[in-house]
Amino acid sequence: MEQFMQQVVNGISLGSIYALIALGYTMVYGIIKLINFAHGDVYMFGAYIGYFCMTTLKLDVLPSLLIAMVCSTILGVAIEKIAYKPLRNATRIAVLITAIGVSLLIEYGTMFFMKAGVRTYPPMTGLMAQKFHIKGLVITMQQVLIVIITIILMVLLQFIVKKTRVGKAMRAVSLDRDAAELMGINVDTTISFTFAIGSALAGAAGILVGLYYNSINPLMGVMPGLKAFIAAVFGGIGIIPGAMVGGYVIGVVEVFVSGYLNSMYRDAIVFAILILILIVKPSGLFGRNVREKV
Amino acid sequence: MRNRLKTLINPNIIIRIISLALAFTVVQVLISVNVINSYLQITLATICINIILAVSLNLITGFTGQFSLGHAGFMSIGAYTCAIITMRYGTLWSFILGVFLGALLAALVGFLVGLPTLRLQGDYLAIATLGMSEIIRVVFVNLDVITNGAAGLSDIPQFVNWIWLFVFTAGVVWVIANFLNSSHGRACISIREDEIASSAMGINTTRYKVMAFTFGAFCAGIAGAMYSSYFYVIKPDLFGFLKSIDILVIVVFGGLGSITGSVLAAVLLAIMSTFLQAFSEIRMILYAVLLVAIMIFRPQGLMGSKEITIGMFNKLGNMFSSKKEV
Repeated sequence: MEQFMQQVVNGISLGSIYALIALGYTMVYGIIKLINFAHGDVYMFGAYIGYFCMTTLKLDVLPSLLIAMVCSTILGVAIEKIAYKPLRNATRIAVLITAIGVSLLIEYGTMFFMKAGVRTYPPMTGLMAQKFHIKGLVITMQQVLIVIITIILMVLLQFIVKKTRVGKAMRAVSLDRDAAELMGINVDTTISFTFAIGSALAGAAGILVGLYYNSINPLMGVMPGLKAFIAAVFGGIGIIPGAMVGGYVIGVVEVFVSGYLNSMYRDAIVFAILILILIVKPSGLFGRNVREKV
Repeated sequence: MRNRLKTLINPNIIIRIISLALAFTVVQVLISVNVINSYLQITLATICINIILAVSLNLITGFTGQFSLGHAGFMSIGAYTCAIITMRYGTLWSFILGVFLGALLAALVGFLVGLPTLRLQGDYLAIATLGMSEIIRVVFVNLDVITNGAAGLSDIPQFVNWIWLFVFTAGVVWVIANFLNSSHGRACISIREDEIASSAMGINTTRYKVMAFTFGAFCAGIAGAMYSSYFYVIKPDLFGFLKSIDILVIVVFGGLGSITGSVLAAVLLAIMSTFLQAFSEIRMILYAVLLVAIMIFRPQGLMGSKEITIGMFNKLGNMFSSKKEV
């Protein structure tokens, strides 16, 4: 039982990270129907910025987090302006191929400048190194931090999407882009804003993962990126609460598979879940079936 | 009967056969006089295998409009099947059996993955095929007894030489070209152009999408078998996501929807990679920039959906001869 609870705790920490990445995927997909393959690399970029802040600049965790989020936002918006905007009216395959190209460019660009090897985050000291022992469970300060920051960011996101003017514009554009444009909404700005928010969340996830696992490398974004996308599909792509739930489910499943079965199978199982969802309920957990219209 | 005879002695087909035979003989002679040395022969094999892969992926992505990211997975099924069979029996017949069994298995997996995912609109196929190739890789890593795990298989008997490479490459390209020129092929192209319209015209879109996808997987299986039997070492990591991207770059560069474009791009990119062998990071950066730049500035690729035809050469010839007269 203790081991079970411990796995749940680990699963929730990992799930928080997937949920943060999945939110970016789901928002971007909801608004321009694009699987943003470069999203996982924005997350990697966030981890590297965090590393830079904490080693070279010797900053504390929270300022590093904010800087990483700002830098990731800039990168995300730049990607959108340079690579995706010229293709607004191109075929979906063209945009998808571009997304893969951008993703490879960031990965191998980072590898070229930062070298391929693994880098380790500085060891935690003081408050950050604390561990809590509750009835045999071990909860590290990093895990607490991950969950708290994730919850804060999610509440903030809900507030932005539901209560602000930009959030309203985002919802309108994702519902019907042409109609939104006719109502006087600046679609381009709204799309950029969506990329900005998604990238900020991914950057936060990047630095949190660096704190949690201590090691980062240029290709670290590939797998979490794909898994976060699966999480988004699981919850129903385009639906924000769906991405959160999906992220936690995928995180817990993955931890359980590597805890109780074989950690070699953990990636395969997640992809098997995807194929299963596509067979059983392609619209996802919270999705509704939408009929294709001419 | 007379009609049939007429199509058989159609001048186009005769020219095709003659030019293929010519290409084969020239390379064969160059190999035998050692102008194409053993180093260049490796490039030649890579080109042939990449042509099979690119043309079959083009059938799925370029002509039918379904975005697949799992071509390397199908390739690995063909490679492992052929390798295991030839390592056990070691005869030429077992090699031929291995090629076809590998291709059939790849097609079967393609069918099983394609059937549920191709019904869906949108980009789910891309992620599902990516996931499938990842699952296949994990399975090969974990089936220690047959596949020797992550270390892979080595000392696979080498049966593939230029003759086999040529036969299979030309065969696959010819069959796919003919398929595209049939009513099935036109149905596939109509799906790419407008899925809703083509289903309104009575085309069973799911059936044709699955058909193209399965056929593409079959050809990728052949390419995998060629690979394992030529390079006699395979391991699961060779057939990862990056291999699928490699194939995709060839298809996109050559033009989505152009067979000759794919062939041309396979040759050009193989030559480019030979030069960039020592700098794999720069090669990937270059590939990435190439992908983005092509999509932004020339989304139809090198050739678009045009083909290099014999008629083009005639026109070119006429241009030159008319110039001379003037």
